[in-house]
Amino acid sequence: MPRTRVRPLAGPSTGSGGASSNPQRYGSTKRCLGLLGHPDARVTTVGGTMLLFVEQCLNGLQFGLLLFLLAAGLTLVFGIMDLVNLAHGSLYMVGAYFAATFTALTGSFIGGVLLALVATCLVGMAVEVIAMRRLYGRDHLDHVLGTFGLILFFNEAVRLIWGPAGMNLTLPSWLNTSIEILPGVPYSSYRFSIIVVALAVALFLYMLVMRTRIGMLIRAGASNREMVSALGVNIKLLYTLVFGLGAALAGLAGLMQAAILTAQIGMGENILILAFVVIIIGGIGSIRGAFVASILVGLIDTVGRAFLPDIFKLVLSQAAASTAGPAVSSMLIYLLMTIVLVVRPEGLFPVSNK
Amino acid sequence: MRRIFFAAGAAIALAVGPAAAQNPVKIGFISTFSGPTAVIGNDMRNSFELALDHIGRKMGGRPVQVIYEDDQQKPEVGKQKTEKLVQSDKVDFVVGYIWSNVLLASLKPVLDSQTFLISANAGPSQIAGALCSPFFFSTSWQNDQTPQAIGRYMNTKGVKTVYLLGPNYAAGKDMLAGVASTYKGKVIGQDLTKWPDQLDFSAELTKVRNAKPEALFVFYPGAAGVQFLNQYHQAGLKGTVPLYTAFTIDSLSLPRQKDLALGIPGAQHWVNDLPNDANKKYVADFRAKHKAYPSFYGAQSYDAVGLINSAVVAVNGDLSKKDAMRAEMRKANYASVRGPYKYGNNHFPIQNFYLQDVVKDAEGNLTLKTIATIVENSQDEHASKCPMRW
Amino acid sequence: MTSGAWFRRGWITPRNVVVAAILTFVVLLPVYTSGTGNYFLLSLFTRIVILAMAASTLNLILGYGGMVSFGHAAYVGIGGYVVGILAHEGITTGFLQWPLALIASGVFGLVVGALSLRTRGVYFIMITLAFAQMIYYVALALDRYGGDDGMTIYTRSQFAGLIDLSQKTVFYYLCVVLLLGTIYLVHRLANSRFGLVIQGSRSNDRRMRAIGFPTFRYRLTCFVIAGMLCGLSGALLATHTDFISPAMMHWTRSGDLIVMVVLGGMASVFGPLIGAVALLVLEEVLSGITEYWQIILGPLLLLVVLFARGGVDGILLHWHDHYRSASHGIGNLLARMRRG
Repeated sequence: MPRTRVRPLAGPSTGSGGASSNPQRYGSTKRCLGLLGHPDARVTTVGGTMLLFVEQCLNGLQFGLLLFLLAAGLTLVFGIMDLVNLAHGSLYMVGAYFAATFTALTGSFIGGVLLALVATCLVGMAVEVIAMRRLYGRDHLDHVLGTFGLILFFNEAVRLIWGPAGMNLTLPSWLNTSIEILPGVPYSSYRFSIIVVALAVALFLYMLVMRTRIGMLIRAGASNREMVSALGVNIKLLYTLVFGLGAALAGLAGLMQAAILTAQIGMGENILILAFVVIIIGGIGSIRGAFVASILVGLIDTVGRAFLPDIFKLVLSQAAASTAGPAVSSMLIYLLMTIVLVVRPEGLFPVSNK
Repeated sequence: MRRIFFAAGAAIALAVGPAAAQNPVKIGFISTFSGPTAVIGNDMRNSFELALDHIGRKMGGRPVQVIYEDDQQKPEVGKQKTEKLVQSDKVDFVVGYIWSNVLLASLKPVLDSQTFLISANAGPSQIAGALCSPFFFSTSWQNDQTPQAIGRYMNTKGVKTVYLLGPNYAAGKDMLAGVASTYKGKVIGQDLTKWPDQLDFSAELTKVRNAKPEALFVFYPGAAGVQFLNQYHQAGLKGTVPLYTAFTIDSLSLPRQKDLALGIPGAQHWVNDLPNDANKKYVADFRAKHKAYPSFYGAQSYDAVGLINSAVVAVNGDLSKKDAMRAEMRKANYASVRGPYKYGNNHFPIQNFYLQDVVKDAEGNLTLKTIATIVENSQDEHASKCPMRW
Repeated sequence: MTSGAWFRRGWITPRNVVVAAILTFVVLLPVYTSGTGNYFLLSLFTRIVILAMAASTLNLILGYGGMVSFGHAAYVGIGGYVVGILAHEGITTGFLQWPLALIASGVFGLVVGALSLRTRGVYFIMITLAFAQMIYYVALALDRYGGDDGMTIYTRSQFAGLIDLSQKTVFYYLCVVLLLGTIYLVHRLANSRFGLVIQGSRSNDRRMRAIGFPTFRYRLTCFVIAGMLCGLSGALLATHTDFISPAMMHWTRSGDLIVMVVLGGMASVFGPLIGAVALLVLEEVLSGITEYWQIILGPLLLLVVLFARGGVDGILLHWHDHYRSASHGIGNLLARMRRG
């Protein structure tokens, strides 16, 4: 029985990848993995490689800044209330679902986003008042178990309310295009806007923590809780506000990611691990540390993913490289964290006098 | 006269054996009913139920009882649930399995107990090859077949260079290898992404743009397909690098991919508009009942009922005649929604693969449409490694 | 001895009753299953017993040593992969497979412990997670052994005809014996001089060092022992499922183990067993009631944390203290009735 009705193709050298000198086998190779030519055969000039590198750094920066939004809230809550909040990722998910819902309801992207931020903040404060408040001062393991229970609850609640399929957050057309950031380098305008928004938030957080009274209390609370409450500050309210702020930041990260990755159940769990890696590398409680570490993690992850498999191909056999490349680039971040902790057991920017 | 009638009845009852005519045919159905991929499991269950309705919920005169179990997409849980079905519930057939790894983990207890296992989706190469079994049948396809069809299609389109992208797990590697095995142009780049954690493809899409291939092939099943298409569009690649897919766009993902999926070709052994009577009835009734198009997962589950029914009818409901049932199933003697097909020696279908495209139907809903037959009667390459001959 | 005397001596406490009930159930289960042919229940409890064993080893470092390892599933995976890989390569003798599983997990534990025991608190939690994630991605890359798909084990470990692991009941009892052995070992270790150093180091490491104990070495030894025993439970799990896959060591499995220990009661010898039974049976029962069972389980866990310090074991102890006088009263009453 004839298996194919394929028109025969012209000879080998008609392939347009003229720059490559790699003798490529055609057809019938069962496993292509070990037999690939150099993936970037066409990027032969140094300038081309540089542009590629710059663009990948931009990708890494965007991912890192997104992580920062999540990590900032986590490290605030951790540093001030000494609370390990695994359910932070659930707030990230809730923010994404809220944004998708409100955008669809209001028909306006900006309106939906603002409503979602407020709603996530409220959910966060409600969680703080109902559950978290009772966990302060308890063992970290109690936090782990309790907030793990919250994760299960949030995942199922979202499945009950929004169904298992996930939701799309539709971007307005002015964000859903690409812009030319450098000559010859188009970049997704939405990803670019994430960079801008996240940097603005980082600046806002810096101003808030360093230049306002609330920020002063936050810093004071992080270093000496008893003293702050002894001075007559309503520490309960401060905690609720900080938690709400953290929730809103997580929600912001979630909804921005939702336009790229869509809203999914359990979307918070894997990225939560990364956010924890970030605050550990940065030093718990340090926003500055979280900022540096998140950009570091974002860059290393993205750039590693982009170039490591090719670098491996230069030094290892093709088959070994195609196996080792993805595996090693997956574990790069964990490798980074291990090295940082072995050298500096309290992270890059340890918060002192605890 | 009356006595004769009675005697005849008794004789039939004896012939049928201890499983008296009213004992139900028990079918265990394993799929994923929790977590994000529950969408697939629900679609399979809906189609399976519809198929049972279509045969009056009786097989060979015996009522049918189905026990659904959730594998939570975990091999270990799948195996445990499979053991429950086989050992506690003592089912006559085990059906389902979306995931290759769950199926591979669950295979042994079913086959050890000599129960028939009908895979309604997963088709790992091991089971098509050395691990093939007289008690295993597939109503779907083998992992390599679909991408091979796409590779052939790209040849006919005269695509000279391609970039391959897929998740870094066994099926992902199978898919990319499948394309490369039939594609005659040049593979100028390939990336395997972390699975299932990595859903952001910015680094890979940047590499694709810089490599400037004539085409991009991807395999991103389930929700990842939605996410990939989003980013492909946002990266501005839609106009410059045409996309070819396998299992990335289906009726379950389409409602969320929306217009982004329009005009993106894929290969499939079944499309909802295939012009045979069984398919028309299936799709029409499914749409009436669930207000949505069924997916290929559903079609394979629908076919599983047909296959089982043919076997049960052939032995008049006497499920102890396993050899006769196997012989009947090997004929694929039922009205499959993909049209007639044959079984290879490894009990995987030898079937056509079609080119599908995304179009809008009369009501403006997005749906899949058959454009052409890419390959007729395709058999997977692992069949030769299967020692079973018949 | 009369029941009154048992009460008075404080042997009959709610905790002991529950432990005795679980143990009796666990030991007698095969009698029931072989009678009814309900092998699913046996399979479920084999899994529970194996995971309880893994949780017990975690309890040794987490409960007694205060070393919160968030990467304990790595050892389960390593133990499983050693057995699976050797079986795949045609080495089916358990006399080689199982010791190698112990050694491999021990070596991994030594490396992880040596590097991570320098850190404290959450830093320790995360660095152990990091190592577990790395080993997870290594397993994912093992194409020869199935990669992400995992691999079926076709021949269970052979012990020269001494014990036949393919018989479900035999294998089950082996798991029970190993679980009880682990619990006993943890109990003996925790109450030995070694264990007291570990416990002392949990509450005040600096003071222990000041007294002159090289606590790092003690803690590292403890960490390695826990890893090795957990590796053995991994070998059992792989044998039980006849299957290995990276999912065995996914970080959520490490989380599950922590939940079992904390739920059951930390630094309590039978806590992990109680926790494993409670969690897995609850999962099974709740998932039978509703597809949305996690919406019940989640808040339940939170409630346990909020209102029952020390997990289930803590509840039982608390209950005991609360009704101590009452039970004494009953004991005396019973004794008097006997006499009368």
